[in-house]
Amino acid sequence: MSKKYMGQAIKRVEDPRFIQGQGKYVANLKLPDMAYAAVKRSPYAHATIDNIDASEALAMDGVLAVYTGQDIQAAGIGPIPCGFTPPDIKLPPWHALSVDKARHVGDAVAVVVAESAYIAYDALDAIEVDYTPLDAVVDAKKATEPGAPQVHEETPNNTSFHWPLGDSDAVKAALDASDHVVELDLINQRLIPNAMEPRACVADWSDAMDEMTVWTSSQNPHVIRLLMSAFTLQIPENKLRVISPDVGGGFGSKIFHYPEEIIVPYCSMQLKRPVKWVSSRSEAFLTDAHGRDHVTTAKLGVNNDGTFTAFHVQTWANMGAYLSAFAPMIPTALYITLFAGLYKTPLIFGESFGTMTNTTQVDAYRGAGRPEASYLLERIIDIAARDLNMDPIEIRRKNFIKKDEYPYQTPVALVYDSGDYDLLFDKAMEVAGYNDMLAARDAARAEGRLVGVGVSGCIEASGAGPSKVVTSLGAAVGLWEHGSVRVHPTGKISVMTGTHTHGQGHETTFAQIVAEELGVPIEDIEIIHGDTAKTPFGLGTYASRSAAVGGSAILKSAQKVKEKMKAIAAYQLEAAVEDIVYDADTASMHVKGSPDNAKSFFEISFSALTHNMPDEMEPGLEEHTFFDPPNFTFPNSAHIAMVEVDKDTGEVSLLKYAAVDDVGNVINPMIVEGQLQGGIAQGVGQALLEHGQYDDDGQLLTGSFLDYAMPRADNLPMSDLGRIEIPSPSNPLGVKGAGEMGTIAGTPTVANAVMDALQPMGVRHVEIPHTPLAIHNAIQSAAAAAD
Amino acid sequence: MYPPKFDYHRASSVEEAIALRKEHDGKFMAGGHSLIPVMKLRLADPGCIVDIGRIDALRGVCPDGATVKIGALTTHASVHASDELPDALPEAAGWIGDPMVRNRGTVGGNVAHADPSSDLPTVLTALGATMKIAGDGGSREVAAADFFTGLFETAMGEDELLTEVSVPAKAAGTGTAYSKLFNPASRYAIVGAAVSVTMSNGTCSSATVAIGGLTPNAKRCGSVEAALAGKEMSEANIEAAANAVAADLGDDILSDIHASADYRKKMASVFVKRAITKAVGRA
Ligand SMILES: Cc1cc2nc3c(=O)[nH]c(=O)nc-3n(C[C@H](O)[C@H](O)[C@H](O)COP(=O)(O)OP(=O)(O)OC[C@H]3O[C@@H](n4cnc5c(N)ncnc54)[C@H](O)[C@@H]3O)c2cc1C
Repeated sequence: MSKKYMGQAIKRVEDPRFIQGQGKYVANLKLPDMAYAAVKRSPYAHATIDNIDASEALAMDGVLAVYTGQDIQAAGIGPIPCGFTPPDIKLPPWHALSVDKARHVGDAVAVVVAESAYIAYDALDAIEVDYTPLDAVVDAKKATEPGAPQVHEETPNNTSFHWPLGDSDAVKAALDASDHVVELDLINQRLIPNAMEPRACVADWSDAMDEMTVWTSSQNPHVIRLLMSAFTLQIPENKLRVISPDVGGGFGSKIFHYPEEIIVPYCSMQLKRPVKWVSSRSEAFLTDAHGRDHVTTAKLGVNNDGTFTAFHVQTWANMGAYLSAFAPMIPTALYITLFAGLYKTPLIFGESFGTMTNTTQVDAYRGAGRPEASYLLERIIDIAARDLNMDPIEIRRKNFIKKDEYPYQTPVALVYDSGDYDLLFDKAMEVAGYNDMLAARDAARAEGRLVGVGVSGCIEASGAGPSKVVTSLGAAVGLWEHGSVRVHPTGKISVMTGTHTHGQGHETTFAQIVAEELGVPIEDIEIIHGDTAKTPFGLGTYASRSAAVGGSAILKSAQKVKEKMKAIAAYQLEAAVEDIVYDADTASMHVKGSPDNAKSFFEISFSALTHNMPDEMEPGLEEHTFFDPPNFTFPNSAHIAMVEVDKDTGEVSLLKYAAVDDVGNVINPMIVEGQLQGGIAQGVGQALLEHGQYDDDGQLLTGSFLDYAMPRADNLPMSDLGRIEIPSPSNPLGVKGAGEMGTIAGTPTVANAVMDALQPMGVRHVEIPHTPLAIHNAIQSAAAAAD
Repeated sequence: MYPPKFDYHRASSVEEAIALRKEHDGKFMAGGHSLIPVMKLRLADPGCIVDIGRIDALRGVCPDGATVKIGALTTHASVHASDELPDALPEAAGWIGDPMVRNRGTVGGNVAHADPSSDLPTVLTALGATMKIAGDGGSREVAAADFFTGLFETAMGEDELLTEVSVPAKAAGTGTAYSKLFNPASRYAIVGAAVSVTMSNGTCSSATVAIGGLTPNAKRCGSVEAALAGKEMSEANIEAAANAVAADLGDDILSDIHASADYRKKMASVFVKRAITKAVGRA
């Protein structure tokens, strides 16, 4: 049966305001008597802070105050907590303003508040900070070597945690017994997220009410409030309201609790005035949590027929100078658990070392751990295929978990819910025209051109849950979600969700869920999110969880509303509830067999106000659900790309990209396709362009768009998208999650294609990004080796 | 991002601009696309800005016999859209930045700023452009090849204003072209090569060639030009001429995370070859 709303490409209700420049971002906010903050940041990657002299700044007209780390500490403000703590983790403190030492370029050391932003920035230059520079360390693995500069006293050898999973000896024995062992040292380079809207924060303290309101550009205002309340500012939750209005992109970087969310409210409390801070793009490069940055050594055991026997991985994960909110979760519970991929590798061992360096903190970035796992696995499989002279799709098929093997327990903790990877690849080969692609590649090769085709098959664990399992792994929060449906007396509907939309289109898709369930026009439904005063507690938006967990909570609330409405209708129509038919086409209720005598949605809504309902029934028509998923969902994909390398320059052109995804049931195909196109762009960015680089002194070499290469429209063809829909059994919507797969799969697919293009020259592996310089150098070395 | 405080004066003529600048010790601003970013980053603190952006007499592309005059305030977008100019110039202008930059950024600002990675200095050098400069005591003309003197350095004094750039008009038998290796991040030139070649009876009678992006300022490539003159434009001859560029580069080769000096040197001959090939095709 075709549905009216679910599965329909309904235009996004949020777009008219964005397209017309009518979005309301934190930076747009202007409160009466508002003052402006600017943050003094360390120019050194590692230095002791010997003295801060603010006298000149304080003497300037319009400067209201300067505060330092000592002020913040004296006020009893706690360090920024880490919300994922595996056993034996060593937790170095992170103060909103550094007290004695700066640990990365951009580390906050003081804040100035002034009557205008211009004055504040002038005053910044007038604050004198005496530093004694220290040696810095920036590399994840070198940080652990003897003699490396120590970032924190609390983390000897700069190692915060070690997270092993699996039986290393058994895996080594299986590798020894394999026909081949493919060894690969691989770097997953640092990325800098660069949401279009930089972070911003406004705080307004009311002395009279003892209340704080904070507007922050965040992906999860509730969790930020919790951390502020329980750990940092220690303002009781009932006296603290956090609002994240329109947010111009996050990609993970706006999940975390940031120093400015402490500094700005502190200033407001001190000055008893609203205070505003807006990040510049330069500050964003230096202080928004970065992504990836792994140094990895891996071994894959393969038998002659292509069967994988065992996989052994060691990773040094750069945490940066401080442990950000979920940082330790990324290279552990969201990384090693994905090493099975789509395959039946029987034995897997992985271990990660979380290391501290004099760089910006690293945390979740679109995909978060799963892109790192997929890139590693899909690269090493490609090398295995090449070593065995097998087609890269054939070797994958050989090892697939088959469609009748679900639920499937992997050797790395997860139980996969559903999938059909053969079908997925059949469809991807069809959408890509794989065989024609190979023929075109071979023809181009015969002309001496460097054309390559790359494939990848990726899996993602999204919609994390249940909460007990997640917390047992080390998370400090559960991962359930809240959703409520409030039917107003006039029949209009407000939906409250604890998730937050910042590009995902929840205001549309969540309304589709309710409109479908209740049969009401979508225009009658408003999605409310992003304000702790307006919605019950929820856990926010990241890790492709919002539809699977948040959407399911909303669906369940809508179902409860429907049941109550049927019960009211039964009362009014003097029939048994079982005999009431809810006609979703007209949103009306009637007794089975007598459709003419129906109660409209409006009538029943209104009777909840007048209590024209059974005596024992509570009035009102509002239902809540806290949905805790029984398991993760497992979106999966087959992506195929074709590239050409310019032999002279090393430039890579992406000629064609095809993607077939199983994201489970699809609520809005247009939005899913948008997520995939954009996600693929980010994956391509990592494969070809993006690289956050530091020099040995810890200076960020890619601190602006002059040097940090973001993907642009002309770097990308429009991807050809296809889909298979295998519903997830882990939630009532049957959705799996679509937010991250493009990014996860994009990188290995394109990198594999580039390596395939260079195969005739004997190039085995080149670290990403595959920039013109990197590829040119690889071609030169291969040519030199061939001589 | 907030620049330091500055005074602002708007000039309505070249003379007024020069006088205002002198009076206030200010800095000229045309489209502001190079100046404002450095002010916002607080790398420049001019104290006073003299806005020349509304001196209409300095705007436009104007054919004048054997030359075409380009007003200093002409935007990259206008240069890109012009049919009058030798092909290399609209070609290069179309590759500058994005539509916003091309709609605001000016030819005068581009060359006065003299960024080593800019495209126009290379093209103007190859075309043998003449730069017209107004000063306190009148105006003077400088050949493009003498105008760009170093990294962000020109032959202009602080008190001088560039008013016009003139280039030879398109001519039958002459082809011009620009080839560029884009910096993957900024899209400025890692290497840019510009060529003007005049053909007669299948051979190159004369050529001017310039290279930029990898050297502190755009350079004429005498060795390449000599290797082209009098030759049939076969692929082998073009390649040999392009390879001669190594002798024209000098010792000071730029290097950064995107392109090592070694890579840039190799790319110089690749892009000189591409530009020659394209220019010959247009001659
Ligand atoms: C995002 C971006 C991308 C870009 N990409 C490229 C690229 O790919 N290739 C490229 O070549 N360029 C590129 N540019 C540079 C661009 O071409 C220049 O910023 C622009 O042309 C400068 O012109 P303007 O009128 O804005 O100069 P302004 O910023 O106003 O001035 C620049 C400097 O020149 C001086 N000045 C201006 N006009 C005169 C004059 N008539 N006489 C004397 N001095 C003068 C000013 O005092 C100032 O020092 C890019 C710029 C941006 C912002």
